[in-house]
Amino acid sequence: MVQSSRAFVENAAGALGDAGLQRALGRAKPQFAKKRQAAVDRLPEFETLRDEAKAIKDHAIAHLDFYLETYAAAVEASGGHVHWCSTAEDARQAVLKICLAAGAKTVTKGKSMVTEEIELNPFLEAHGVTPVETDLGEYILQLRHEPPSHIIGPAFHLNREDWESTFRACHTDLPADRVFSERRDILTEARGKLRETFLAADVGITGANFLIAETGSSVIVTNEGNGDLTQTLPRVHVVVTSIEKVVPTVEDTLALLRVLARSATGQDMSVYTTFSTGPRRAGDPDGPSEYHVVLLDNGRSGMVGTEFQDMLRCIRCSACMNHCPVYGAVGGHAYGSTYPGPMGAVLTPMLVGIEEAGHLPNASTFCGKCESVCPVKIPLPNLMRHWREREFERHLTPAAMRGGLGVWAFLAKRPVLYRAATRVAARGLSWFGRRRGNFGWLPFAGGWTRGRDFPAPEGDTFFAQYAARRKEQG
Amino acid sequence: MPRQAMLAAIRRGLKRGPLAADAQAMLLGRMAHHPRHTVPGRGQLPPAGRVALFAQMVEREFGTVARLPALADVPGAVATYLKTQNQPPALVVSPHPVLAGLDFSGLAARTGSTAAHDAAALTYAFAGIAETGTLMLPSGPQTPTVNNLLPDNAIVVIEAARIVASYEDAFDLLRQTGAMPRNVMLVTGPSRSADIEQTLELGAHGPRRLHVLIIDGAV
Repeated sequence: MVQSSRAFVENAAGALGDAGLQRALGRAKPQFAKKRQAAVDRLPEFETLRDEAKAIKDHAIAHLDFYLETYAAAVEASGGHVHWCSTAEDARQAVLKICLAAGAKTVTKGKSMVTEEIELNPFLEAHGVTPVETDLGEYILQLRHEPPSHIIGPAFHLNREDWESTFRACHTDLPADRVFSERRDILTEARGKLRETFLAADVGITGANFLIAETGSSVIVTNEGNGDLTQTLPRVHVVVTSIEKVVPTVEDTLALLRVLARSATGQDMSVYTTFSTGPRRAGDPDGPSEYHVVLLDNGRSGMVGTEFQDMLRCIRCSACMNHCPVYGAVGGHAYGSTYPGPMGAVLTPMLVGIEEAGHLPNASTFCGKCESVCPVKIPLPNLMRHWREREFERHLTPAAMRGGLGVWAFLAKRPVLYRAATRVAARGLSWFGRRRGNFGWLPFAGGWTRGRDFPAPEGDTFFAQYAARRKEQG
Repeated sequence: MPRQAMLAAIRRGLKRGPLAADAQAMLLGRMAHHPRHTVPGRGQLPPAGRVALFAQMVEREFGTVARLPALADVPGAVATYLKTQNQPPALVVSPHPVLAGLDFSGLAARTGSTAAHDAAALTYAFAGIAETGTLMLPSGPQTPTVNNLLPDNAIVVIEAARIVASYEDAFDLLRQTGAMPRNVMLVTGPSRSADIEQTLELGAHGPRRLHVLIIDGAV
């Protein structure tokens, strides 16, 4: 997707004023947290599994070179092909080459965030190959020419009337006077439309939730079954995925699956969890004749050994954004990046540069909820803090903020002066604000008071109160 | 070569060269041994309890269950099910040897793979997983993958003796049969989507209904 992270502040303001979006957010947000908690409560071993899931991913990343080579050898042994791709462009070219060799006109796609990351769809279209998204949410977004706003519920920002109007506008071969009396009617129409496409497609592209070094398998998780149809019906199956998805064994995968669905949708297990290993075997009545894996790096290897290595554990469950107060207020589009929410705020600067995405790690209150629900315990607030530090070091922070921080640092390093200054400020504000109890406007704090009132301090500073109490107690 | 560049970048980050032979041997040993992690206690029950939990979990995930004394009861149960669902008495049967001996004379039954317009299929599950009411459906000459996906009504036969506690137990059974099949589906309930206003609707792209026939007796 086209990056617009630089415009986060404007995007967020727009999102807050978007009534339809706010309705969708209000509907979805409480459900996400409630469902996850219920699933966690049903599994007493959940916390133990979180620790194990973290350890599995840490182990895989600490030996990533070895497991990738082992995985690639296992894929080749099962008759598949691995295409190693350093950059998004390498990956796009690799997919196109496979499609052209297959003489493909139509390509069906299972849901894949990596293909969003590499902007595969517009590239294929420009080269005469028509990609069709088959995940219901991705399908309507493709019709509407919109990017996903959530990594697992891509169209949750839409309301029912949006679905109906889009289907009426796009499915012009169907009777114009048809009635959508229930949500089911929308689903049935999409199912019918996409059935034709599934059967006609020459190539099917899916992502992967996990790659298994032991067996050379790719694993996808869906509820609709679209990923399975995508990879079963066409003659060629292409898995577009990235290097950090590799884990050693089937058992490692199973442990991760136990935390994935519970963290994501609050299901114990997604409906379809499918392990694919190579092309059709002798005697198989179905399945693709060719099996390709496009293995993308796109900056991930550069995270190994840095403070951002922890981010490579991410299994894309979306729990962090589902529980984030910032995401919950503005939704996913405001981030202007492929990956929104807390995980996106850490990953995006890595993918597109901190110059482009500096706002994202700043769009956090550091409440810590994201870290507390992360199934692989990624210290997301800390990683966002690292980005803020890097941004500061590289003089990317605005001058006013740098100036303010400079003044604060000067005082903070001089305790006597600091106490005196805060005392004067607290007493002054307390006196001036004694009538209303808050301020509608303050000098040097226009950015704050434009959106909300600044509460007037009540009484003295912490230090002064502390000293007074110690004196009382003798 | 991107492959070498990617591996070199990873090794730079890890501050080492390719793994030494002994370290590689250790990791290969871990893969050969494939140790289990914590397996939830939920499914660890005696056989009867496992089967009961499996049935309960299938229903929790919006599937339906019928328990049959013997395999010979399958055609009757299928006919009854299709009738109660207002479906035509037609069926595609997977070419599995266990299903081959059954008498479907009351139904328009065909053995093989489903096409787009077939409304119902009868398949044979390799294993059932009590923990979450999950079916393990590997691909192979006797078990077309499309039969799990294309029909609106998926009817699955599972022998009670093949219902195990955990995913790990099911994969252990699968490993005993040889190499990993091309495709292994773990199916938990009928197809669904919550993409429209976070509201669950069954029957997205896969089957709208999943009916599981548990064969209690020995086969």
